[in-house]
Amino acid sequence: MSADPQDSVQEAAPAYRVIGTRPIRQDGLDKVTGRAVFGADVRLPETLYGAVLRSPHAHARLLSIDTRQAEALPGVKAVVTAADLPAITLEGDWGDNLRYQSQNTLAADKVLYYGHAVAAVAAVSPHIASEALRSIQVVYDPLPAALDVRQAMREDAPILLDTLRTDSLGQRGNQPTNVASHARFERGDLEQGFAQAALVVEREFETATVHPGYIEPQNASAIYQSNGQVTIWCSTQAAFGIRDDVANVLQIPVGQICVIPTEIGGGFGGKNSAYLEPLAALLSKKSGGRPVKMAMNYSEVLAATGPTSASYIHVKVGVDRDGLITAAQATLVYAAGAYPGSPLWGGMPAIFGAYRVDNLRVDGYDVVVNRPRSGSLRAPGAANAVFASETVMDEICEKLGMDVLEFRRLNGVRQGDRRSDGVPLPRIGFHEALQAARQHPHYTAPLGGPHRGRGVACAYWGNHGGKSSATASVHADGSVSLLEGSVDVSGTRTSLAMQLAETLGIPLEAIHPRVADTNAVAYTEGSYGSRTTFATGWVVYELGQKLIALLSERAAILWETSPDQVQFAEGVFSHKGGEKRLAFKELAARLDETGSPLMASVSLAAGGAGPAFAVHLVDVEVDPETGKVQILRYTAVQDAGQAIHPGLVEGQIQGGVAQGIGWALHEGYVYDEAGRLLNANLLDYRLPTCLDVPAIEPVIVEMPNPRHPYGVRGVGEIPIIPPPAAIANAIARAVGVRLTQLPMSPGRVLAARLARDA
Amino acid sequence: MQEFDYVRVQSVQEAVALLAGEENRARILCGGTDLLVQLREGQRQARLLVDIKTIPELNQLHYDPVNGLTLGAAVSCLRLCQDETARQLYPGLVEAASLIGSVQIQGRASVGGNVCNASPAADSIPALIVHRAVCRLVGPGGERQAAIEQFCCAPGKTILQRGEILVSLHLPPPPPGFGAGYLRFTPRNEMDIAVVGAGAAVILAEDQQTIRWARLALGAVAPTPLWVEAAGDFLAGRAADAENVQQAARLARQAARPIRDVRGEAAQRSQLVEVLARRALETAIQRARAAVH
Amino acid sequence: MNSKPYAKKVQVQAQINGEPVEFLCEPRQTLLEVLRESLGLTGAKEGCSNGNCGACSVLLDGVLVNACLVLAVEIQDKRVLTIEGLAPREGLHPLQEEFLRQGAVQCGFCTPGMILSAKALLDHNPHPGESEIRRWLAGNLCRCTGYEKIVRAVQAAAERLSQQEAAVEVKP
Ligand code: FES
Ligand code: FES
Repeated sequence: MSADPQDSVQEAAPAYRVIGTRPIRQDGLDKVTGRAVFGADVRLPETLYGAVLRSPHAHARLLSIDTRQAEALPGVKAVVTAADLPAITLEGDWGDNLRYQSQNTLAADKVLYYGHAVAAVAAVSPHIASEALRSIQVVYDPLPAALDVRQAMREDAPILLDTLRTDSLGQRGNQPTNVASHARFERGDLEQGFAQAALVVEREFETATVHPGYIEPQNASAIYQSNGQVTIWCSTQAAFGIRDDVANVLQIPVGQICVIPTEIGGGFGGKNSAYLEPLAALLSKKSGGRPVKMAMNYSEVLAATGPTSASYIHVKVGVDRDGLITAAQATLVYAAGAYPGSPLWGGMPAIFGAYRVDNLRVDGYDVVVNRPRSGSLRAPGAANAVFASETVMDEICEKLGMDVLEFRRLNGVRQGDRRSDGVPLPRIGFHEALQAARQHPHYTAPLGGPHRGRGVACAYWGNHGGKSSATASVHADGSVSLLEGSVDVSGTRTSLAMQLAETLGIPLEAIHPRVADTNAVAYTEGSYGSRTTFATGWVVYELGQKLIALLSERAAILWETSPDQVQFAEGVFSHKGGEKRLAFKELAARLDETGSPLMASVSLAAGGAGPAFAVHLVDVEVDPETGKVQILRYTAVQDAGQAIHPGLVEGQIQGGVAQGIGWALHEGYVYDEAGRLLNANLLDYRLPTCLDVPAIEPVIVEMPNPRHPYGVRGVGEIPIIPPPAAIANAIARAVGVRLTQLPMSPGRVLAARLARDA
Repeated sequence: MQEFDYVRVQSVQEAVALLAGEENRARILCGGTDLLVQLREGQRQARLLVDIKTIPELNQLHYDPVNGLTLGAAVSCLRLCQDETARQLYPGLVEAASLIGSVQIQGRASVGGNVCNASPAADSIPALIVHRAVCRLVGPGGERQAAIEQFCCAPGKTILQRGEILVSLHLPPPPPGFGAGYLRFTPRNEMDIAVVGAGAAVILAEDQQTIRWARLALGAVAPTPLWVEAAGDFLAGRAADAENVQQAARLARQAARPIRDVRGEAAQRSQLVEVLARRALETAIQRARAAVH
Repeated sequence: MNSKPYAKKVQVQAQINGEPVEFLCEPRQTLLEVLRESLGLTGAKEGCSNGNCGACSVLLDGVLVNACLVLAVEIQDKRVLTIEGLAPREGLHPLQEEFLRQGAVQCGFCTPGMILSAKALLDHNPHPGESEIRRWLAGNLCRCTGYEKIVRAVQAAAERLSQQEAAVEVKP
């Protein structure tokens, strides 16, 4: 077998001036001084405070809502219920979608989960608003609830949505059901593949509902003017997404709505869709156009905004004597929450995404249950899927006595191999990452004590491109203001400004980046899918090229020549074959002589997002008597493509791993039998503290993405995927038990250990 | 948050008068780290908060070799944990106080408040039990004393009568050969509530091998913090060896009446009781031996 | 003593960020609410409102507290330091500078609370080890950074502060 990495040609890295450095991010100063304006920091004169009444039942018919007492309370300015929302008459799937969104904003006939919004009020103080909520009388007719997927799939399960019919591989069912859809990836001959196997491992897994857990709760301030114009300030990853959601729920044209994204206190996928925004707008309208400010408390965040799906997963993998995978099969059943739309689209490609599998079948089921509507969480649907597949792979290695990295070297995908959905892979850095992991001192370091184990897990994540827009203006002092449509969730103002500075050959300090509101820039998808530095970065590159072309024209005017006689390199315009030269800054100062100021805009839909691969190593120590798992060391190797700002990339890796550690060990929704969420607070929904997370060492491997002008690949999502599997594998090696449930709480580890000894 | 009035008082008498007069709708505000959360969530009601932090008597923290430690009910966990004498002589209590919440919480929360909140999982109470603390209570009818193990009667309920307040806790001076420790089990390493807590104290004879006296107390495994008398009785007069310690831990497990809740399963708690009781005793014995030297 | 029960609003005098401040508040209003909504000091953040996240951390008479668990009326005659009052007139506090330099800020929502917790720690112990830093920051949740760069920033700031101190000592 040939040496790795062999199938990608190593090119000399281009010499960049700005890219690859670690400047201080431009938004940093405001954030360390407390001046940065986050959503709940927006202060408008005459502001009213909004609050939401939520269902105490997991499933109930709404018989009546009496708001008269609340309306009569002094200081209360508006009360709204679903009756205030316009009916959505559109037919078909899209119409259903809009109705679901409307009903998730305010429940209409039924409440479908504990925490489902039922009514909202606006009052002169937050205290009066919450008093008003207490005086609203709601009559519920409680119904039996279906809390998990297996319950919801039973014949006699209570039905959540009367009109729902299963979409099974394109065929529409005709029975009421909780199974919204069934999708499949398939290739080769599964039976034959398993027949060829010398070893088959088959396991079942269950994972809990977990939440993105951003520290800043959802918030929104809105003004609905009498002329129909709506202005919304909010913390969101997707200003245009919020605009569209509000337009859909309130049934008004998008042109009437301007969303002004504020600084955002974390999102991780959870702040892509609207919850409070339409309510704040509606309350403002009803109170005569006064600004209405709303902010959730943390119980509302956990109970009512999108967590990611709980899941049931079945995995079966066969390998031949040499450890080569002969067949792989998985069934993923994801809890969508109250309305269809679990992240199967993320889990299905990810589950075997790192492996070359000729005989493959992956089935996915999207099932509605009486829990909050699921949303995105960093590489949606992937970490739980990969927890299942990577622990099976590890068990195979253990049974074969095979080195876990050698197993990946043997079976890991390479350029040209097909993804699970059939699309061939472009140039990727998986094997480079594997080699970096193998060479890292962590891989061979002694464990140094009893009850310790080392785990490894790998992951593939597709990343996303999509639509982005930006505008740049050149100023007389040589500075450039950059107005871009991507909300900055991770320092992207800086990584975008760096790409523009690189393109224009000017210092980073000369660029002033700003996130634009939805009236100031063309449509831009949200900051999700690890897309911003890639797609908006590409926009910014094109924008730089456009500015250079326009500036070349201006230089041509000054030099009385034609633009094609002007060339540009390293920040300087020069006359071909002549002496004349003007640095960017000098030319900017003379724009007036050339007729007019100068600006440019670029929009594009970026394809070619390069897939990301990660290899994680973790050492744990397990207290055999209590089941507590302590993480001793963590190394995360990742192909990041060209790292624009390595410090920011490291931050993404460390943050993603920490989130994955929480998912692995601590986090999970706990419901009682009636479907009430018991741990809707940050005491019992346990985000890792700094004592629970070790120093995480990021190792960046840079395999540039050939489709991007600067070689960028998405980096933000993939780090969350391997930790649950890597930690499970480490626990298995430490104390000899394989855990098949997330979280791997001390109670579960202890029970598994005791069960094995018994 | 529900509406209430606030008054700051300067003396125990003033506090008692206000609390007695307010028909059960007045509550004591000390550090507020439990009370404000409970009021906000509607778990407790109040029309008047009586802030007792400023009463000098409630802020005493002093030690003398005859009477031991006087710990005013309003002394913050932080202040207690930074007190050198307390750290040396009452390690079990200081350990427990250092586990109550974050640094932020510790700066506000008082041991007295932790006791009066009467959570079954309160960290300070098992530690106070093994340190043989006595509560000094003052109410409209005068003053009385109660052993800490008698103070809680149900989750969130204490023996305090209407108008009565906890003024101070009194811990006898540790005799020669004394050692104590408290530990708890939580899934996270901080910012958590005990799934099980265990405090232990021993007095070793001069031979350093024989246990003269021992106390073991548990948190989060019964409606109130639990003093396991059987474990102490068993250990008294026995050798401080692994076998006896293990047996005492088993007795603790038998005494525990754990339930299942959001923080843990009953069976898991039973397992943990035995482990933690053993470890707490081991620490106490180790400290007793170190103290004799 | 207060003779009129259930008074609507109470007058409070205190010192905030070195300035004398007087405000009216309801007894049920927390310090956090008054800072943010009445006084316009929005640097302290509201995360959990229950003492579990530390985003609202401020110093009260030099003691680190969660502003969501302090009533505004309780700060009568006390000193409050919020993130807005940390930097000297010129430039930044070394903690602020190191948070920037070490990349300890991601979304920045936890940052004000983190910096104030770190300040409380360095006031208490100018030379903390890594485990002490982690213990002091355990009451401040950060979901973005994985904490590593934050710990680094505190270490670096501690070093710079002690160098500054040494420099002062050397001066005659
Ligand atoms: S908002 Fe005060 S601790 Fe979370
Ligand atoms: S930087 Fe976002 S929570 Fe800490």
